[in-house]
Amino acid sequence: MDLTLTPEMARFRDEVRSFLDAHRDDHAHGAPKDVRAWQALLIANGYAARTIPKDYGGYGAEPDILKARIIAEEFIRAGAPRGIANQGVSMLVPTLLEVGSEEQKRRWIGPTLRGEIVWCQGYSEPGAGSDLASLQTRAVEDGDDFLISGSKLWTSTAQFADMMFCLVRTEPQAAKHEGISYVLIPMDTPGIEVRPLKTMTGQAEFNEVFFTDVRVPQANVVGGRGRGWFVANTTLKHERGMLGDPNATEARLGSLIELLTTETVDGERLIDNPVFRDRLMQLQARVFAMKFNGLRLLTAAVSGEPAGLAGLVVKLQGCELNHQIAALAIDALGEAGILYQDGPHLRAKGAWQRNYMFDLGLIIGGGTAQIQKNIIAERGLGLPREPSPAKA
Amino acid sequence: MDFSLTPDQRLLQDSLARTLAEVSPLERVRRFADDPTDKAADVWRALSEFGLAGLAVPEGSGGLGLGLLDAALASETLGQAVAPVPFLGVVLAPLALMHGGSEAQRAEWLPKLASGEVLAAAAISEPIAGARDGAGVVAEGGRLSGKAMFVPGGLAAGLLLVADVAGHVHLVRGDAEGLARSFMPSIDPTRRLAELGFDAVAAEPLAGGPQLLARLRDAAWVILAADTLGAAQAMLDKAVAYAQERRQFGRVIGSFQAVKHLCAEMAAELEPARALVWYAAYAFDHAPDDASLMAAHAKAHLSEIGRFIARTATEVHGGVGMTDLLGLHYWFKRIGVNRQLLGGPEKVREYAARVQGLVEV
Repeated sequence: MDLTLTPEMARFRDEVRSFLDAHRDDHAHGAPKDVRAWQALLIANGYAARTIPKDYGGYGAEPDILKARIIAEEFIRAGAPRGIANQGVSMLVPTLLEVGSEEQKRRWIGPTLRGEIVWCQGYSEPGAGSDLASLQTRAVEDGDDFLISGSKLWTSTAQFADMMFCLVRTEPQAAKHEGISYVLIPMDTPGIEVRPLKTMTGQAEFNEVFFTDVRVPQANVVGGRGRGWFVANTTLKHERGMLGDPNATEARLGSLIELLTTETVDGERLIDNPVFRDRLMQLQARVFAMKFNGLRLLTAAVSGEPAGLAGLVVKLQGCELNHQIAALAIDALGEAGILYQDGPHLRAKGAWQRNYMFDLGLIIGGGTAQIQKNIIAERGLGLPREPSPAKA
Repeated sequence: MDFSLTPDQRLLQDSLARTLAEVSPLERVRRFADDPTDKAADVWRALSEFGLAGLAVPEGSGGLGLGLLDAALASETLGQAVAPVPFLGVVLAPLALMHGGSEAQRAEWLPKLASGEVLAAAAISEPIAGARDGAGVVAEGGRLSGKAMFVPGGLAAGLLLVADVAGHVHLVRGDAEGLARSFMPSIDPTRRLAELGFDAVAAEPLAGGPQLLARLRDAAWVILAADTLGAAQAMLDKAVAYAQERRQFGRVIGSFQAVKHLCAEMAAELEPARALVWYAAYAFDHAPDDASLMAAHAKAHLSEIGRFIARTATEVHGGVGMTDLLGLHYWFKRIGVNRQLLGGPEKVREYAARVQGLVEV
């Protein structure tokens, strides 16, 4: 164990710091003034799309997990917004890099990184949630194309997405996991209908998407026909890493501490209430545990060792922790914690309340907490799978 | 940057675990637990030969000269085996002598500690966790008076570190006149606690004052957290093994999600906590700004998840988990004692808030 930075890494950290100092005016309160310009600036300096080859629109650096870590830490320290981290950048791009054809990489990665193409993910269906592989949206061959019919659910950003990466059943005769293809669908294709799905937050973070004979070239399949389940698992791996990200949790805890030390009731700071203070300390210990667990994973990744249990628990623990952080903020705010939408007494524009509700969605989405526990128990602890019920 | 154990550290844990399996299997622990006259001298001798006694003693004085992370890893392994060994003194006495001892004190004690000839114990509970029942030791004119409670290993120790009510630490010889010791039976029969009475007992003050005590407290919190880490890991392993072999309704119970999810929850709590203990131990030697906060978080957090794992692993075993015959209760009780010793989690978290300036003074 040695957490000191080598002179090279210390120099790199100083570089990142000076960059963030120099560009303080380009963002305020964690949001860039111009998202695409900020993204372009970050890519040009290697703080976004860092390891993606230049040919595909990235910065083209060699993978260096430590530098990635330093960038993440310095951005948190400065309260600076990271680059675009939508589903296209976080999930589709790594998937294309891993299994896409050369033509697909050249065509899609660059514009996605620059924020010119926004993607949505078409995985879940009304009848296929935790049991995703039972999905029924079908793609029927028609010349060089597929005709796609069916529906998708929980599709965030579908209302303004340009493209969807989507799982469809291309081989209905094949076994459940082997008849699926991963296909890229332009959202302006005739036959697609998007209906916003309003959630308990009051906003439509998700949509339902309906397909009626939607014509898509067979060339838009990624990773080979019938291979979609394996391609999707590549993507889900990236999603789970994103959902439990300890850096994001640490930043949230920082906001919570700020809230508790600045907000007052009866002239006393919220932190002066010993119950809230105790809860804060419990959460802080958990945040540190996840942070150091992340460093341990990073070291394992550098040395090519398997992440094991330490990796399997990140989504479950990280999402729960985010939810608990929002819960404490609301509880400590007392009656002010119930305000929402708008108004002079609302704190942080309602972010705590919205996070509290939306984070519950993240505990469920990307593999529910219960599915995560199955994964931990089966893959991490070697416990047997639940036997399938006898066929009726 | 490297957040992992070195091959030497893994070797230390593996070989200590093998030694313990040989000299202190559960039957041996049980004999110690059932017989108050049993001092487990054979276990201590074997562990001293292994090098455990001198783990934190500098090499020049016959020890291994290892740091707190190594000590924490040893503590984890001892907790995993519920070894009947008072380990806190092994770590704290060399620390105290190196930070606050004179040349003469070091020369006298360090070699004896390293060889295992002298066992040390730390009577530091009152100024850290609070004094009750009139406890507390007062120093006056080089003599200590009063009483100190909850001293692990205090019955047999040949050298005592004693903190007075003002937070100064003193050395007291085990054979000093006016020193009285009595056994404080606790829920944990694998380590014995002592109450010490001081009637104008001759003592040698250590330099460093309350700052030395703060260092000892931080080290002790990390060592106790590591003991719980090991004990909780053992309980989880036993629960998983039992869930894989016990059959009900024609299936192993580990195939029922109701049981499987309990095991997953234990693992999900324990695995990140391991990284917290590692970092707290590392910070003690290498990141002074973080050391006290992380020691407190490690102690409090491991106490909480240790309690959860202790009860949950017992539940996974069903009724047999409660029996004396199975012996799972030794781990359960050890975790319970680690939780309360030198401050329960509520007390320790209050300290964590204070050390980062969150409490207005």
